[in-house]
Amino acid sequence: MIWKIFLFLLLCFVSIAGISFPIVEKPEAWYEFPFIKGLEQNAKIIFFHVPTAWLTVIAFFMTAIYSFKYLRKKNLDDDAKAYAAAQLGIIFCILATITGSVWAKFAWGSFWSWDPRQTSIFALLLIYGAWFALRSSIESEEKRATLSSVYAIIAFVTVPFFIFIMPRIMTGLHPGSADDTNAGPVVNFKMNANMQLIFFLSLIGFTILYFWMWRLGYKSLIYRDKLNKQLINQSR
Amino acid sequence: MNPKSFALFKKDINSELRTRYAINSLAMFIIVTLSVILFSIGNETISQSLTGGLFWVVIFFTSMSGLSRVFVSEEERGTSLTLQLIAAPSTVFTGKLLFNLILVFTMNTVIALLYSALFEAFIIKNFGLFLVSFILGNIGLAFASTIIAAIISKAGAKGTLYPVLSFPILLPLILTSVQLTLFSMDGTSFETAQFELAIVVCYDVIILTVSYMLFDFIWKE
Repeated sequence: MIWKIFLFLLLCFVSIAGISFPIVEKPEAWYEFPFIKGLEQNAKIIFFHVPTAWLTVIAFFMTAIYSFKYLRKKNLDDDAKAYAAAQLGIIFCILATITGSVWAKFAWGSFWSWDPRQTSIFALLLIYGAWFALRSSIESEEKRATLSSVYAIIAFVTVPFFIFIMPRIMTGLHPGSADDTNAGPVVNFKMNANMQLIFFLSLIGFTILYFWMWRLGYKSLIYRDKLNKQLINQSR
Repeated sequence: MNPKSFALFKKDINSELRTRYAINSLAMFIIVTLSVILFSIGNETISQSLTGGLFWVVIFFTSMSGLSRVFVSEEERGTSLTLQLIAAPSTVFTGKLLFNLILVFTMNTVIALLYSALFEAFIIKNFGLFLVSFILGNIGLAFASTIIAAIISKAGAKGTLYPVLSFPILLPLILTSVQLTLFSMDGTSFETAQFELAIVVCYDVIILTVSYMLFDFIWKE
């Protein structure tokens, strides 16, 4: 219970601080953010965009891990865990796409411009969509679990191409592209200490939120299966 | 190579030559996609870079129409259980992969010839680069489409599911191949294109490894 209150307070603090703290030319007080050239007032969305994109990848990673576990042990609970992770993953993927394109509208001028990063998040959306389409097409539980696990792993090994290789070798607008003169993310050297603090607090807060929701998700899936089996046994 | 997988490959070739199902549907699909593109272009002249992209559009949709046959036909005839009894999963996969490789190479060579005849803007300046990227791209296409075909054959042979599942998996390959085709149309040297070529080689190796590792689970399902 205590950590739920802690999480609530943490996310409240991050949301309020991230939105309301002013951006000034020369930050002096503890609550002031530095003025970053090229980002300006748009910089504040970083506290919400980066965690959602981070969680999309984490959720995808966990889906692949639990799919792998399922194929080794053939335990349907692992499949429920993979499914719950992917359910949250597609939500965060949509959120990352929306926050990203809103940011792109104000920073680059249009909502969508097929920057390599935008292509990669779009590909992730497609993979999640295809994965759910595959699951919904199969009736038998074991068969669905096995085939979707196999597909999740195949998709997982192609994802590094989208996330790590292509955005870095292709020219684009997102930080970290091939022609980026900053040579890396903005986080390391342009933020001051308090901006970094709130950024990492936000990352931690959203990650805890994710794991909490994921636990709730897979537990409810497992309980539902158990109840269904009990009902079937009773009716016999 | 395992003689059993070669026997399986020969069996597939024979049954394909008898019914000509995949060959006919692929050939018709090539004609249909090419003519749809030609009709929609009309009298307009299209830019060089657009023809490079459209080339891979034709290849993608044609392969989606016929490459799932290798495994779907086994499920339809109900022969997959017999195959499971007489051969190890990796042997079956090798045989099916060989068949799909032959099919992809024949199909794409026909597409490339027809395409260069029909589209005047499709001029390859660095033919060596085009050939290398074409071969590597075809291999990757055959590998990825074979393993996805195995998945959908077990999922109840749903034809609409095949392109949906294949597209995200093939996307890195297609994007890089489009880039390489554009490079060879611009006459770029091998040194400039080596990074893209390395990506395609990595993709081929990764997909092949994962397919062999995971095929057991699909096949025994």
